[in-house]
Amino acid sequence: MIVTISRKELKMLFASPLAWLLLTLMQLIPTWILLGRLDAFLEIQSQLLQIANPPGVTELIILPVFAMAGLVLLMVTPLLSMRLLAEERRNHTLTLLISAPISITDIVIGKFFGVMVFFLMIIALIVALCMSLLLGGNIDFGLIISNVIGLLLLTACFTALGLYISSLTVQPAVAAIITLGGLLGLWLIDLAADGGNQWLQSISLLRHFERFNQGLIDTFSLVYFILFTATFLILTIRRLDSERLHG
Amino acid sequence: MSIATTLLARDLSRNYGSFTAVHNINLELKRGEVLGLLGPNGAGKTTTMRMLTGNLAPSTGSIEVCGVDLLTKPQEAKTHLGFLPEIPPLYQDMTVDEFLLFTAKLHHIEKRDIQTKLNEVIQRCGLNDRRRNLISTLSKGFQQRVGLAQAIIHNPDVIILDEPTVGLDPNQIREIRKLIRELGNSNSVILSTHILSEVENICDRVQIIHKGGVVFDETLAALKQQGTNLEMIFTQLTQ
Repeated sequence: MIVTISRKELKMLFASPLAWLLLTLMQLIPTWILLGRLDAFLEIQSQLLQIANPPGVTELIILPVFAMAGLVLLMVTPLLSMRLLAEERRNHTLTLLISAPISITDIVIGKFFGVMVFFLMIIALIVALCMSLLLGGNIDFGLIISNVIGLLLLTACFTALGLYISSLTVQPAVAAIITLGGLLGLWLIDLAADGGNQWLQSISLLRHFERFNQGLIDTFSLVYFILFTATFLILTIRRLDSERLHG
Repeated sequence: MSIATTLLARDLSRNYGSFTAVHNINLELKRGEVLGLLGPNGAGKTTTMRMLTGNLAPSTGSIEVCGVDLLTKPQEAKTHLGFLPEIPPLYQDMTVDEFLLFTAKLHHIEKRDIQTKLNEVIQRCGLNDRRRNLISTLSKGFQQRVGLAQAIIHNPDVIILDEPTVGLDPNQIREIRKLIRELGNSNSVILSTHILSEVENICDRVQIIHKGGVVFDETLAALKQQGTNLEMIFTQLTQ
């Protein structure tokens, strides 16, 4: 049942130009960064050779690409997540799903995975882009895998929050703006933590993603991402269920 | 299937805060019966139907569909239900075929049966020429038919229709009524309406709901025998 819902979400997504535009955008921006960094790398390459243990292509070119991808995906997520439940409600199609013999959990998880498959496509394209560097050098695959895991977990957090906010309103645009605000807030919260405020740093999505970006798979960050996602998925399920109970 | 009673609702009540929308409604539906729910606007018809289909939890009372409790085993009970809400729940960006295929999967129809069921329901609802059309391009009447097709594709025992003929032209109304009558022979149907002639045309039994309670419950045959006029009763009870 989850698969049925996910496939429907993807189908609806690709039936509109939005998905294709986003795929294009998500290929253009990383390519731009990659080319820029490649230029810079070639300029300083001769100086790098004089250092004892020089950073490689992966550190200097690919890491910034993934770091930027994280930020762009933050902007993209609200556009994808806004319609998930708000539009179903607006078009009165939520009744169709609720009257069908499937659980609310299936509906929520199905929608979540639908969007995650789309993000997986975007991430796969970025990885393919990075692979083009194999033409001229070696790549640290461990670092790439850590970045892919980081990006996947990060987008899972984005999607879960977006899905929850979409369940609160009838207007997709309102859902998008609140999601964007919330995500940016969580992303930037560590700016406020300059004085070494540990508590604020540990809830910043950016801070946790940076660890993965540097190739550090930290259990704390892993658990944080997973808990974050699970919390908002459960809140979404509860929200839909309470609508049935309280009208 | 041998179960004669397909739908049984006992003492259904629903409060929204301090407002009571539905108060102690009892419903019983037998196989092969078409029940008409009549009532003025805001009487509680839609609330009742939303409760019967699991879209709204009742404040008190119990609902059984084909002997399965809707509140404790919702998924099993819902396999016996088909629901067409007042506004047909359609994905405007899908074609008729895509949409019905999706609803067939939602209702756990087995893969090898899907195509047959799909063809059958499309035939039944007269959608043959519109299979590849986007739902958003269809007229209101055809959209209503797609909504109806969605509700009957899995051949449910209980079909619940909320004002199925609103906004249709006279020819379409006649066709939909004929279809409902057909469905009522093998399954059971509840339909809400405020068109009295519709009830007289297609229903076996009528219940009038007013201010959240059932104020009248009689078979059409009995009414005819007594020679009483439905319109008169309706006006008397709801004014």
